[in-house]
Amino acid sequence: MARSPGESLPAQGKLPVVLTINGKRAQLGVAPWTTLLDALRDHLDLTGTKKGCDHGQCGACTVLLNGRRINSCLTFAVMQDGAEITTVEGLAANGSLHPVQQAFIDHDAFQCGYCTSGQICSAVGLISEGRAKSAAEIRELMSGNICRCGAYPNIVAAIQQAMGKP
Amino acid sequence: MIDFEYVRASDVADAVRQSAASTGAKFIAGGTNLIDLMKEDVEKPRRLIDISRLPLKQVEETAEGGVKIGALVPNSDLAYHSLIERRYPVLASAILAGASAQLRNMASIGGNLLQRTRCYYFYDAATPCNKREPGSGCPAIEGLNRMHAILGASEHCIATHPSDMCVALAILEARVHVAGPDGERVIPFPDFHRLPGDMPQTDTNLQPHEIVTAVEIPPQGFAKNYTYLKIRDRLSYAFALVSVAAGLEIEDGTIKEARFALGGVAHKPWRNRAAEDLLRGQAANAGNFQQAADILLREAKGYSHNRFKIDLARRTIVRALTQAARGTPQIQSDKKVR
Ligand SMILES: Cc1cc2nc3c(=O)[nH]c(=O)nc-3n(C[C@H](O)[C@H](O)[C@H](O)COP(=O)(O)OP(=O)(O)OC[C@H]3O[C@@H](n4cnc5c(N)ncnc54)[C@H](O)[C@@H]3O)c2cc1C
Ligand code: SF4
Ligand code: FES
Ligand code: FES
Repeated sequence: MARSPGESLPAQGKLPVVLTINGKRAQLGVAPWTTLLDALRDHLDLTGTKKGCDHGQCGACTVLLNGRRINSCLTFAVMQDGAEITTVEGLAANGSLHPVQQAFIDHDAFQCGYCTSGQICSAVGLISEGRAKSAAEIRELMSGNICRCGAYPNIVAAIQQAMGKP
Repeated sequence: MIDFEYVRASDVADAVRQSAASTGAKFIAGGTNLIDLMKEDVEKPRRLIDISRLPLKQVEETAEGGVKIGALVPNSDLAYHSLIERRYPVLASAILAGASAQLRNMASIGGNLLQRTRCYYFYDAATPCNKREPGSGCPAIEGLNRMHAILGASEHCIATHPSDMCVALAILEARVHVAGPDGERVIPFPDFHRLPGDMPQTDTNLQPHEIVTAVEIPPQGFAKNYTYLKIRDRLSYAFALVSVAAGLEIEDGTIKEARFALGGVAHKPWRNRAAEDLLRGQAANAGNFQQAADILLREAKGYSHNRFKIDLARRTIVRALTQAARGTPQIQSDKKVR
């Protein structure tokens, strides 16, 4: 349940936060400086979301917040009280992979895999935004996800497949 | 990160009140700049006032035919807003030239205006920096200054303002609506950001506890002849070395009105009225654009690592004005500068 704006919060210590993560309601108590990324990894044991730079520069921590892709390292969990979060763990449905996940496998769109959950969540966000049509547009709108292994051509191909453009 | 208290504002007046009631309070909107700087111990607010839930998320047409943008509209929503795409494409393009899709989804308009410099020394709390610690010195002047200012700098600070969006807002002659302990006021865009002078710790003319509520843009949008051309060390997801927002009004090959502003070269978006006036009534050609660029750059001063920016800026101005005149704006996903 979202709290109404302005409702007073306890001044210190742990703050209560309710998040819907991958369709499940989670209630937690966090210090105000706990980022959404740390809440996912350290409080909820959802370690699919990665910490690369912790400064918004790499995209490894990308998750969907109310359906939009964001960097979970640059928001505090307490600010997202009441929000719906989708992480890479929440993309597969009824035992089958999300089309973007399947496309990453089909196109070998990773090497070490460290950036991959961020790439996949970002691609899901990109596709629902509906702004990228050409390969050049995919590259530009995926530029917030760095791949140290340089799997970029395969990532673009995977996204094109998932967009229904083989 | 130091300990801080987190509170949520219930409305604009409450945000101002909560700020005024404590020392060391900061507003937080998208958090993409403030949290980054808090992790570096550069910003150390004792109280964070979360304004992200305030109802400042509208984009509305104004009576005079312009548009008023709430301070909490996400950067991405503004860039893709049909009214902005249609009437102020230079603004949409400038926003899309900045940061990444993820960051633009979080970043707010107010936060973009108030983002702080990316000077390496400012970010490194182990070094001196007059902006971070007034009086401690400016290591950039003798040190690494590739991304630093060539215009309007002072002996105390040569930092640049990193925003792309603000460069477009400068030529659109936006007005910033703010609310504070003494009520509301409207700040013309050239008076919003300030030059470093002997107070580099102060980026803007916002007064303590004032909150940005909206940005208003007059009707003139240069939708036909515009461009936002950003030159940087890599083709995406990097701050500008030099950028130019340009808008022209052309009739029968003659320039009726010209506006252009530079980003990445000063402590604020840089315009020069004399350079723009020179173009009025002239033919839209490279020779005239070159002269206008020379006027704007007359007082440019480089440092050891950024002298190249003076020439780069001259060429970027000419190229941008040429793109605008031809009606072939830079497309942000097209990495060729044409
Ligand atoms: C990796 C990276 C790359 C980037 N690249 C670019 C780029 O290429 N071009 C570019 O332009 N930007 C770039 N950015 C910066 C980005 O645009 C800003 O971080 C963003 O616009 C800040 O908005 P925010 O809402 O997140 O601000 P916050 O972080 O919430 O706030 C920033 C500051 O503004 C103050 N503030 C926020 N809202 C208000 C208000 N309404 N009234 C008064 N004060 C307020 C806060 O107190 C704080 O001091 C980049 C950022 C990152 C992390
Ligand atoms: S240029 Fe400004 S921000 Fe950078 S070190 Fe000097 S005083 Fe600090
Ligand atoms: S960990 Fe968040 S962007 Fe790198
Ligand atoms: S697969 Fe290794 S960083 Fe992308």
